[in-house]
Amino acid sequence: MNDTIRGLLAKHGNLPVAVTDVADAADLYDAGLSSFASVQVMLALEEEFDIEFPEHLLNRKSFSSIEAIEGAVSEILEEQAA
Amino acid sequence: MNVAGKISPMALADRAKRAAKVAAEFADQVDKEGRFPAEGMEALKQERLLGVMIAPENGGEGASLIEVADICTILGQACSATAMTYAMHQIQIASLADHAIGSEWHANFQRRICDEQLLIASATSEAGIGGNLRNSLCAIEEEGGIARLEKDATVISYGANSDAIMVTSRRHPDAAHSDQVATVFLKDQFTLERTTVWDTLGMRGTCSDGFIFKAEAPAEQILPRPFAEIAAQSMLAVSHLLWGALWYGIAADAFARAQSFVKAAARKTPGQVPPGALRLSEASSLLQLVKANVVAGLKQFDECKGNEDALNAMSFSVAMNNVKIGTSQTILTIINHCMLICGIAGYKNGTPFSLGRHLRDAHSAQLMISNDRILGNTSTMLLVNKQDTSLLG
Repeated sequence: MNDTIRGLLAKHGNLPVAVTDVADAADLYDAGLSSFASVQVMLALEEEFDIEFPEHLLNRKSFSSIEAIEGAVSEILEEQAA
Repeated sequence: MNVAGKISPMALADRAKRAAKVAAEFADQVDKEGRFPAEGMEALKQERLLGVMIAPENGGEGASLIEVADICTILGQACSATAMTYAMHQIQIASLADHAIGSEWHANFQRRICDEQLLIASATSEAGIGGNLRNSLCAIEEEGGIARLEKDATVISYGANSDAIMVTSRRHPDAAHSDQVATVFLKDQFTLERTTVWDTLGMRGTCSDGFIFKAEAPAEQILPRPFAEIAAQSMLAVSHLLWGALWYGIAADAFARAQSFVKAAARKTPGQVPPGALRLSEASSLLQLVKANVVAGLKQFDECKGNEDALNAMSFSVAMNNVKIGTSQTILTIINHCMLICGIAGYKNGTPFSLGRHLRDAHSAQLMISNDRILGNTSTMLLVNKQDTSLLG
């Protein structure tokens, strides 16, 4: 999943740095992720994993790092499986 | 509301009304000359209203944003330049009070704001960036505990009349454009070289000139939290709400003038409803919409305050953006209605029904943070965020 997220970030994140240079725990907003780009990444994740981000995950925190995105997507997938 | 600094909303409103009386007296002059609303701001200092939102332990009165918004509405009915200067100052105070927690320098600074009734300006706009609050080109250079900053600031409202300026910049020279911090610089720590003069259609008294800002100060004056958080959790929402409150005030004063015009006409022709009366009731309905919009936004902010998740939620941003869009658009319609009611007496300057200043000032509302930019942001969020369709939720 980490690789998929990194791939989508590279494609839609419009980061000024290479995604390979961004650590899992690094702050993506500090790395230059705009709110517009974060929504584009979110839409790409929804399409890729066939999920929908619920209200409580639509905040800055869910997209603050690659780790956080992974956590959010896992949470949604688990909820859908249950 | 705390016990130590107990102060009832009425008391704050009463103090604001006394200051507003002074501000109203000079409103036309401030507008005509495009000068700083010195008398209104001095009256606010005399009433000790500049630090009211600061916590009592830092010398303030712990007033809520709702109470401060009420003051903005009262001032907006008197002099929009005084109201806007006061509102912009309070936006900086909200950022300091909520986001400088744990910093001794900033706690002492807040005490000074209360003791000396200091006026705080803000420098976010920058040449090459425009109005995008969340991007900076300039960067703090830190060396030996000293922070240096130079910024080509396209707008610093009342900068030349302020006692301190809160300035956004990149965190360090290698940081991304969005990796920002805010730093407080005191009057004796910066120089301003004027680059543009604020000669505008309306809001002429905010004196939002452009400056080359150069400053040097101890690095401890940098706010401890990232500016991204301050903008998302406080600055944007507080701006929309306090501006909304004062815009409502401008429209409310225009309405009051139109109503007295209709009333005067009714007295002259007993038994007949004056022609403007119907339009006045339309304006009344619109004015109520604006009020409801601002009050609902203030209540939502109050409920979310201190809850980081709630303040960071997309639905909260959408709601605050909607307050701004709705109020800024509707006040123009209201004041235009009032102009139609008052006719030439409203169009002319110097009559009890003059509305030119109100209409010109109100036109700034859709431009300060461009409505198109805000609608763009909202439309992005609405791609994933479901609109809250409940009545009470």
